[in-house]
Amino acid sequence: MISDPDAFYAALMDAHRGLSPEESRRLDAKLVLILADRIGDLPTLLEAIAMARAAGSGPVADRLAKEAPRA
Amino acid sequence: MSFRQPRFPAMPPRAAEEAARVVVVGAGLVGLTAALDLARRGVPVVVVDDDDTVSVGSRAICFAKRTLEIYGRLGLGARFLEKGVTWKVGRVFHRDRETYSFDLLPEEGHEYPAFVNLQQYYAEAWLVEACTETGLVDLRWRHAVTGIENGAQAVRLAVETPFGAYALHADWVLACDGARSFLRRALGLRFEGQVFQDRFLIADVRMQADFPAERWFWFDPPFHPGQSVLLHKQPDDLWRIDFQLGWDADPEAEKDPARVSARIAAMLGPGRPFELEWVSIYTFRCRRMERFRHGRTIFLGDAAHQVSPFGARGGNGGVQDADNLCWKLAAVLSGEAPESLLDSYDAERIPAADENILHSTRATDFITPKNEAARAYRDAVLELAARYAFARPFVNSGRLSRPYLGYGEPAPDAPILRQGRPDWLLRHIGADGGFTLLARGEAAETGIRTLIIGRDIEDHSGLIAERYRLAEGEAVLIRPDQHICARLPARERDAILSARARVLGR
Repeated sequence: MISDPDAFYAALMDAHRGLSPEESRRLDAKLVLILADRIGDLPTLLEAIAMARAAGSGPVADRLAKEAPRA
Repeated sequence: MSFRQPRFPAMPPRAAEEAARVVVVGAGLVGLTAALDLARRGVPVVVVDDDDTVSVGSRAICFAKRTLEIYGRLGLGARFLEKGVTWKVGRVFHRDRETYSFDLLPEEGHEYPAFVNLQQYYAEAWLVEACTETGLVDLRWRHAVTGIENGAQAVRLAVETPFGAYALHADWVLACDGARSFLRRALGLRFEGQVFQDRFLIADVRMQADFPAERWFWFDPPFHPGQSVLLHKQPDDLWRIDFQLGWDADPEAEKDPARVSARIAAMLGPGRPFELEWVSIYTFRCRRMERFRHGRTIFLGDAAHQVSPFGARGGNGGVQDADNLCWKLAAVLSGEAPESLLDSYDAERIPAADENILHSTRATDFITPKNEAARAYRDAVLELAARYAFARPFVNSGRLSRPYLGYGEPAPDAPILRQGRPDWLLRHIGADGGFTLLARGEAAETGIRTLIIGRDIEDHSGLIAERYRLAEGEAVLIRPDQHICARLPARERDAILSARARVLGR
């Protein structure tokens, strides 16, 4: 649990300010890769991918929600 | 100095019906390697090919260490080392900058380096020469196979020549007739896999350049925006350049020498004269046959499996197929092993092909992103890699060919002294065609060629000790293809003989 979720969220929003959709997408991709490196544990990362795919709505999320772990 | 393309004479058929124990179909890199390997084991071979020359263009180019060791075993290793360009550094560029470089850091104390670049036609020309010298290889140029009956007892091949047709009855057929294999299609065998929607232009370019002997790979360079480019140095002042063109490119228009020259000029910059020697356009697939052995017809190399060119896994994979199959076929022909031993070729080389397909598919997916997300991630990796070392392992410009380890480790080389003279361990393993026992301390009398460390060879560098970790009284049994198949007490004769019998499928 992050100690100050609002501050982190704001920093994340700031990081995207002024970027084109393409640049934003690349920034997020870099963030994912950096965080993945910090986590460094493949099962945890695969679980995170499954969670991300399962959350939300739509046919893919609905199907995957049944299989994905709950945090 | 440059290569002179040979034209081999076609000979008329000797009879309307002929018989041979082994027929190799296709005198390319893999077919010629198989023919030489069999001939070195005393097996006479007929090789038929629909053409009358060796490879046109550099094609396979990167020969990996394990492949060089195989050519060492076949007596051609020194030629590869002498003529080929040895390299170990790769550089990756993204847009206008160098992102990072890597060094394959080949371990010291091996006769062969990680990679040698050499035009495929040299390798084939040397193989033709060596095959001819054995006196056991009957090379038949412009003898095209036009039909096959794959019988349970023998295979009948229909062959056409400029002088007329004949039938060739073979006990065994090695199908080395390439990605568009006639034999595979004639037998109606499936060859399925992923088609990559991309086209590549490859060129051999002659020029005087002082670029180092390194592998240079560009993602999205200013001289070829949005695509990738690969540069390799070859002997004879020849450079190999691969341009990614994208799926929309018109293959005919792209082959136009003026257009190719413009692309190369943009890459090299002004004031650098060059000459185009060979140009080809290709698309590729990653696929394999379900099985490689079909009774008496056995498929090798591109005829059996195809990969993308990233990672140099096509030619190397095919040569390693021949390495795996030929000693087994020779053992079956001599009655030393049952026919079922040939099924182990499938069991061992199908997973090896799958590994090559996996790596080359992943490299292709990285190099040619299929959607916006894939492109964003690829560019993210490249941007991070320029600055942070952790991201470099994600960069995939081809995972370079390494030996498959699923059926035992290839015996590691080491410098040795033999009768006081510097020598290499691998030169004494499998060179006589048989199994080898490498032992520390006294070994049982088994009839198997035995090398005792300290008696027959001297481990003056300590690298045999380091690489084999043999305890006193311990031995490793090594297959004729230089793969370690057992570790056992050196004095236990029965254990050693039964280990060999097991490997031979008895």
